Amino acid sequence: MADALPPLPVPGPDNVEFWEGCARHELRIQRCRKCRATRFYPRPACPDCGALEHEWITCSGKGTVYTWTVIHPPTLPAFAAIAPYVAGIIQLEEGVFMVGQIRGVASDAVRAGLPVRVEFDDVVEGIALPHWRAA
Amino acid sequence: MWFGPRVAERDVAVVGIGQTAFSKGLGISEAEVAHRAISAALDDAGLARGDVDGLCLYDIESNTVPEVARLLGLESVRFFATHSHGGGSYCALVRSGVAALREGHARVVVAFRARNRGRRSSFGPTIAQGGRPWEKIAPRIAGHYQYQVPFGIQSPVQEMALIARRHMLDHGTTEDHLGEVAVAIRSHAVRNPNAVMREPMTLADHHASRWVSEPLRLLDCCIETDGGCALVMTTAERARDCPQPPAWVLATAQALGPAHHRPTDWFRHDRRRWVTAGARALWAAAGVRPDDVDAAMVYDHFTPMVLLALEDWGFCGDGESGAFVERGGIRWPDGRLPVNTHGGQLSEAFIHGFNNLLEAVRQIRGTSTCQVPDAKLAFVASAASDPGGAVLLAR
Repeated sequence: MADALPPLPVPGPDNVEFWEGCARHELRIQRCRKCRATRFYPRPACPDCGALEHEWITCSGKGTVYTWTVIHPPTLPAFAAIAPYVAGIIQLEEGVFMVGQIRGVASDAVRAGLPVRVEFDDVVEGIALPHWRAA
Repeated sequence: MWFGPRVAERDVAVVGIGQTAFSKGLGISEAEVAHRAISAALDDAGLARGDVDGLCLYDIESNTVPEVARLLGLESVRFFATHSHGGGSYCALVRSGVAALREGHARVVVAFRARNRGRRSSFGPTIAQGGRPWEKIAPRIAGHYQYQVPFGIQSPVQEMALIARRHMLDHGTTEDHLGEVAVAIRSHAVRNPNAVMREPMTLADHHASRWVSEPLRLLDCCIETDGGCALVMTTAERARDCPQPPAWVLATAQALGPAHHRPTDWFRHDRRRWVTAGARALWAAAGVRPDDVDAAMVYDHFTPMVLLALEDWGFCGDGESGAFVERGGIRWPDGRLPVNTHGGQLSEAFIHGFNNLLEAVRQIRGTSTCQVPDAKLAFVASAASDPGGAVLLAR
């Protein structure tokens, strides 16, 4: 099962802009046109002010580690070959939180505030997953 | 939001509790588990199937409302509610039942959870076919899980680990604090003949157990079990005719906000805004304070959840839960607040929290295997990871 795929996302009306951006290796998130708050994951309305009107912006791809875990077996088959691996919540420069694997740093050297930069895994045609590498 | 102080009425009570055996593989269907648990609860209440006109259950059962009606031959179900969120559900089942009874929509409400989730209980590829749900994740994922599962955050323990790590960073919570939760709750299970895990456990045992998702170890995790629990609620008029002493539902609460559990949203919002409001509403409706509670049953699928619940519902201040559990703070009989005196999800059985309600009733009846002397007030909390929920039971 070394080639097992991770479970894959389902692009739809609310998030196709995000997943198409990832396929181009661009990290796209929503920003409210009314109160200017950024948000992730993609959704129709602003969780802060409720406005539907929004725009998509391209992120810098830079962030910092907010929290993390080192994941040991058992895992889904797709992750068995890399376990134990580090996954965490990244706070992007644009303020939003994203989940991804944290790479390029020993698991015992990860710390809160560690600068990271996005990298994309091309998983299948049209789907790329944004993960994070120590900057 | 402030609901104002009032004297809680003793108008609705839990009058019957019932359960199956708990094990790592019962070898019967969830439908039979439900039947056995509900029948035991009705027997305990001195009521018959024909008396039941209200049903409350979880939405992740393989049992549904119409199937339970067929299973039990119920001819007049006038109120039914199906609640989401697993460990966030069970106090909500009581809350819905109480509301239905107070409004006159039903006279006898049964609430239950039948759950075959031992590894041996899987009999097919879907989540409704027993076994570990996280192992049965579909190859394509819609909804908010698509922003975590493809990246490798695939199971609840991994989500909990992210929250626990941040609690450690923000508040100085330690692995010893987590371990003390597991050890205290195990010490209660040792006395409970129905508990699946009854071997005594030390802090060293906890620290020596293997990592699952750092900072969480195997002994920070609940067990995967089969089993069912049910309770029967009714109004004061009927409750006084039932054979068991009533456990009065003094107050219930639910608290849901936009952070709900998901890693992308958990840290975006200040959970205190709705969690604190829910807690204030609970204590105000009951006319009591956290200090008045004799025993607490809080959702403990993983040890950090106990710490969050103690803070959320006001038993200690924000970030102070580690210190609260230190030096036996939640251990029966001498701790300041005995927690999960049956062994909880960590050591009795993982019935998605419903067994916590039954233990609270036993404390009020005086029949727990870790009985708090003269217990008058028992507190129960659902998963603190939103939607929060709580129930206060009184003698």
